[in-house]
Amino acid sequence: MALKSSPVLFGWLTRLSRRNFSTSKALAAKPVAVRDALNQAIDEEMEKDEKVFIMGEEVALYDGAYKVTRGLWKKYGDKRVIDTPITEAGFAGIAVGAAFAGLKPICEFMTFNFSMQAIDHVINSAAKTFYMSAGKVPVPVVFRGPNGAAAGVAAQHSQCFAAWYSHCPGLKVLMPYSSEDAKGLMKAAIRDPDPVVVLENEMLYGVPFPMSDEALSPDFVLPIGKAKIERPGDHITVVCAGKAIDTALEAATTLAGNHGIECEIINLRSIRPLDFQAIARSISKTHHLITVEQGWPQSGIGAEICARVMESSAFFELDAPAWRVTGADVPMPYATTLEAHALPRAQDVVAAATAVLGNKISAASSQ
Amino acid sequence: MALKTSAGFLRLKHLKQVVRLLSAHTRPETVINGGKPAEFPGAKAPYVTQMKFLNETSYDPIPIYRVMENNGEIIDSREEPNIENETLINMYNTMVQLNNMDKILYESQRQGRISFYMTNYCEEGIHVGSAAALSPRDLVFAQYREVGVFLYRGVTVTELVNQCYGNHEDPGKGRQMPVHYGSKQFNLVTISSPLATQMPQAVGAAYAFKRVPNNDRCVICFFGEGAASEGDAHAAFNFAATLDCPVIMFCRNNGYAISTPAIEQYRGDGIAARGPSLGIQTVRVDGTDLLAVYNAVSRAREYAVTNNKPVLIEAMSYRVGHHSTSDDSSAYRSLEEIKKWNTDESPVQKFKLYLEHKGLWDVESDKTWNKEARNIVIKTMQEAEKKKLPNWKEMLEDVYYDMPPRIQKQMQQMEEHLKKYPEHYPLDQYQSD
Ligand SMILES: Cc1ncc(C[n+]2csc(CCOP(=O)(O)OP(=O)(O)O)c2C)c(N)n1
Ligand SMILES: [Mg+2]
Repeated sequence: MALKSSPVLFGWLTRLSRRNFSTSKALAAKPVAVRDALNQAIDEEMEKDEKVFIMGEEVALYDGAYKVTRGLWKKYGDKRVIDTPITEAGFAGIAVGAAFAGLKPICEFMTFNFSMQAIDHVINSAAKTFYMSAGKVPVPVVFRGPNGAAAGVAAQHSQCFAAWYSHCPGLKVLMPYSSEDAKGLMKAAIRDPDPVVVLENEMLYGVPFPMSDEALSPDFVLPIGKAKIERPGDHITVVCAGKAIDTALEAATTLAGNHGIECEIINLRSIRPLDFQAIARSISKTHHLITVEQGWPQSGIGAEICARVMESSAFFELDAPAWRVTGADVPMPYATTLEAHALPRAQDVVAAATAVLGNKISAASSQ
Repeated sequence: MALKTSAGFLRLKHLKQVVRLLSAHTRPETVINGGKPAEFPGAKAPYVTQMKFLNETSYDPIPIYRVMENNGEIIDSREEPNIENETLINMYNTMVQLNNMDKILYESQRQGRISFYMTNYCEEGIHVGSAAALSPRDLVFAQYREVGVFLYRGVTVTELVNQCYGNHEDPGKGRQMPVHYGSKQFNLVTISSPLATQMPQAVGAAYAFKRVPNNDRCVICFFGEGAASEGDAHAAFNFAATLDCPVIMFCRNNGYAISTPAIEQYRGDGIAARGPSLGIQTVRVDGTDLLAVYNAVSRAREYAVTNNKPVLIEAMSYRVGHHSTSDDSSAYRSLEEIKKWNTDESPVQKFKLYLEHKGLWDVESDKTWNKEARNIVIKTMQEAEKKKLPNWKEMLEDVYYDMPPRIQKQMQQMEEHLKKYPEHYPLDQYQSD
């Protein structure tokens, strides 16, 4: 299904009013929706480099299923904005081959759920060819599209593939949250000589975030592999990426207001390479850690972070066991209420943070 | 290969063309290899001395089989299927029921009562024509725009509406988006969203049937011309042919895949042209002509079951509605373009006219049934809205065949919890044991 759901609009409206309150500092900054920031990034890189082109289902005439490529076909034409037949394995392979031959393809998956049709090209070709060609054939391709849960689209349309892609050496995996993230990371991805998977989120596309003049300039680009402290705090480190940051920020407000707990929220931005230094630095300040992600718990991003803590001196900085807040270990239910409970909610993060800080993790609840 | 065109199945016609094609390759006087064809493991074919590339214009386009004119008159009386009057009326009634369901459920999505919907306009003849030609025991793999098949098989409007509403009577336990119907009882495999995955799966199911001694069942697999671009489609065709499976691969070519017109989806002569090239019996029919679809599927079924072999059917039609409730097709096509498919080329109208010619139907009966069909849906919808939501226990079921101990424990804890604090939960809204 093409999933252009209206809940986005609702989220957008509520966010708009909320954001207007909390951003007095960024008064000069211009609110830009994540969708437009992505569009700007792709447009600027296409303008700058003739080798960049984009292909995918419905990206040209229709402006993309989620309108991320709006106006690009009009501007750059058939040669560089290409509508494809419905063959993910086909156009992912075409993109990889074009990258072998020196172009810089951007391959849009209508959603990352459908990238499963094409995953062999991503894992076995894009990620490994530079290595297998003894460093002779770089693969500067970008795979991008919405990832993770949207709203009311059930088991086959609501999955987070961050853990899946980040498992594979040779790939870089980015997960933007705000408009600034989206623009800076997308531009970095396009310029990067390695294959990059950019995991966007449908629910964030319509959300406006303030963007500084600097971020609006065509020179703006973010480094790959550097996390951002989204909110500083002294009591507990909360590591997350993408949409989960929203959840963590909301929880942080509650925790600060009701419990006097200050969260330090780390926006990973890049899942691979993972900025473990930023995490360790924060832990040595807060001595407590939780992770928040929408994906399933087993072998997830949180599991990876906890393992790295175990294997490093950061372990000795912890005053309590770390805890993961993740998506529930089930296929995504369709029912709205169950869907909400199958994803991390702010109150889950609040509960996790207070439990970790109170050293109240019981054997029963950790399963 | 010179294309053999035919109304039902491949009857050697266009003999002249065969000759023209061969003579273009070989000067008449030369004899090659003692006149014997080549015997490569991968090809048995005549040798020629003149090299010629073939393309889609080397062959006639595959013709489109029709039984009725647009005015409902039978073109060649030998092709009129012998269907009982009562069945004919039931077929028409199903199309009208489907139309009314589409209208009302589409509206109900617009009003926010359900989250998603997809209509079937102009493809009703495909659904009902094919369903009527099959045995109820044949297994159906649908894509998502085939609900008429479900209705004809005997799934009730109530069950379908309950699925869209995800209430406790939804046979799918409210787990899927609207229109992802399924019914084990009626041999309808639950619809799955990733495109074309049903195609190799259908072939696999047909393979399983084939292993049953004295098998008398076949599988039918519906797919769009857009889905046919997935690699799975090719895999399905090739396996159906090489494994000799009793499967009917049924393409609904409605001209669009969301906004992508068929002309951008593929080059060459459509989906049907792929059949003969892979060794599959193939026919192309007018999908707006219910009787043509009926004949094609009944003969395909007979052939598939008798010979354990696949058949490819390409039914041509047009997607009159938007792709889904998430789409606005005015962005990529004109209202003008749609018009004739709602009138002269409407499968419902054509079949109605046919029934009228036969004296089985008239304006009055049409009015009455339309009204009743509409009422059935409205009444069902009102009831569906009042029905309880699924039993909460179902949220913990069916991830694994045997419930893992961890989940069993959660179930038990939840039960105890609800017993202790029932006043904190809207339990009356949910079905109980
Ligand atoms: C693997 C995969 N890719 C993309 C989609 C999104 N999608 C849903 S329906 C559709 C169009 C299918 O068109 P077609 O097969 O012609 O069927 P029609 O809608 O015309 O009946 C697309 C692209 C999907 N569901 N699965
Ligand atoms: Mg189609």
